[in-house]
Amino acid sequence: MSALLFVIVVVATPIQNLVAYSLFFLILLILIRLAKLPYRTVFIRSLVEIPFVLFALLMPFFGTGPKVQFLGLELYEAGIWAGAGIVAKGTIGVITAIILSASTSAREILIGLEKLRVPAPLVSIATFMLRYLNVINDELGRMKIARESRGFEERGLRSWRILAQTVGALFIRSYERGERVYLAMLSRGYIGAMPKLSDEKDSKLAVALVLPGAAALVSITTGVMF
Amino acid sequence: MLIPKLHIPDGFVNLPVSALFGLLSIAFVGIALKGAAKSLDDRTTPLAGLTAVFIFAAQMINFPVAAGTSGHLVGAALATVLVGPHSATLALTVVLGVQALLFADGGLTALGLNVFNLSVIAVWVSHFLLIALKRVLPKTKSGVTIAAAVAAYVSVPLAALGFTLQYALGGTGTIPVGTVAGAMIGTHLLIGLGEALITFMTVSAVIATRSDLVYGWKPKLEIRS
Repeated sequence: MSALLFVIVVVATPIQNLVAYSLFFLILLILIRLAKLPYRTVFIRSLVEIPFVLFALLMPFFGTGPKVQFLGLELYEAGIWAGAGIVAKGTIGVITAIILSASTSAREILIGLEKLRVPAPLVSIATFMLRYLNVINDELGRMKIARESRGFEERGLRSWRILAQTVGALFIRSYERGERVYLAMLSRGYIGAMPKLSDEKDSKLAVALVLPGAAALVSITTGVMF
Repeated sequence: MLIPKLHIPDGFVNLPVSALFGLLSIAFVGIALKGAAKSLDDRTTPLAGLTAVFIFAAQMINFPVAAGTSGHLVGAALATVLVGPHSATLALTVVLGVQALLFADGGLTALGLNVFNLSVIAVWVSHFLLIALKRVLPKTKSGVTIAAAVAAYVSVPLAALGFTLQYALGGTGTIPVGTVAGAMIGTHLLIGLGEALITFMTVSAVIATRSDLVYGWKPKLEIRS
């Protein structure tokens, strides 16, 4: 997929190439615009990478080689570059995935995976997962209400036994639902493969190559120029 | 505050190493697909799919630890003892893939790394530990439960070790590998305790009510139709 190639190109670009990185972010901004996503949503959803940002912030304090003085702190130059690289690449990766997931429906992503020759069983497992995610989530919600209406409070290690029993019950319910779904599928003529529901529109290879192509161009030209 | 789940983002480990582990993961997932097809035939899809949903949902249950922090389950050992290594590998792989593609959790180029640590290392380590421990421990329900807890305890720091290995091979950071290894394995020895406790209590809950569903208890799945 286009997104994956784009991220590969970005990760392959050395962080010292600052011009390229500003252009990468520009490309992403344009994409967010094109996909009509609110910047706020993208920002909030990119907060998942915070633990790794913290890790990257530690980088300048470790390492070897030349040091620089900054605000009275002694920092390692290589560490600063490495940390910045991790933050920049991670952020670009996260934003790309957010754009992908927000602009493409789950169904389209799954069709895309099928086209990329991901084994069919994996794709259908993923299809099932997405289809039943809300069902099982609701089940979990009902169990939570049931727990709380019996005076349960989530506090301390003592609540673990109850919560673990919830996990156990959830497994049994999910598994039994899996069996019921399977039997229902059999009785509707399932023969081991999912029928195709719609004739899929072919996305053009050329279109898919625009984004990574642009990124590669940016990476190479700026690499030569500076 | 949450104990963060460590899904490696893009750019943390360089491309050749990511690609290497991607290929390794593909190989193992291929083996798991074959194995699951053998034991489950065409029931693989719905059952592994629902197991994936179960893992995903179970990871969202927060277990309160002291002082406002809480942790959650990784679920590799739990899935292994409940549905067997093949289906567990498939379910965890799909969970990681969906998290990377749809929830931007874990990098796209790092998917191979994450799959290798969690659905290959953690699952298969649990599997072999379970087999070994079942030989030693009494063949009772509590024996299986204890084996599952031990497998859970060991699998978590070993997955962290997998990350450390990938970092040592192709890490882009400058923090020395020794420091990373110490920090990762140290904290995960603690996280493993929680994982072991939750796995122990969950498996004992399932085995008490529906022992026929626990793969580690009866290796042949009964077909109820």
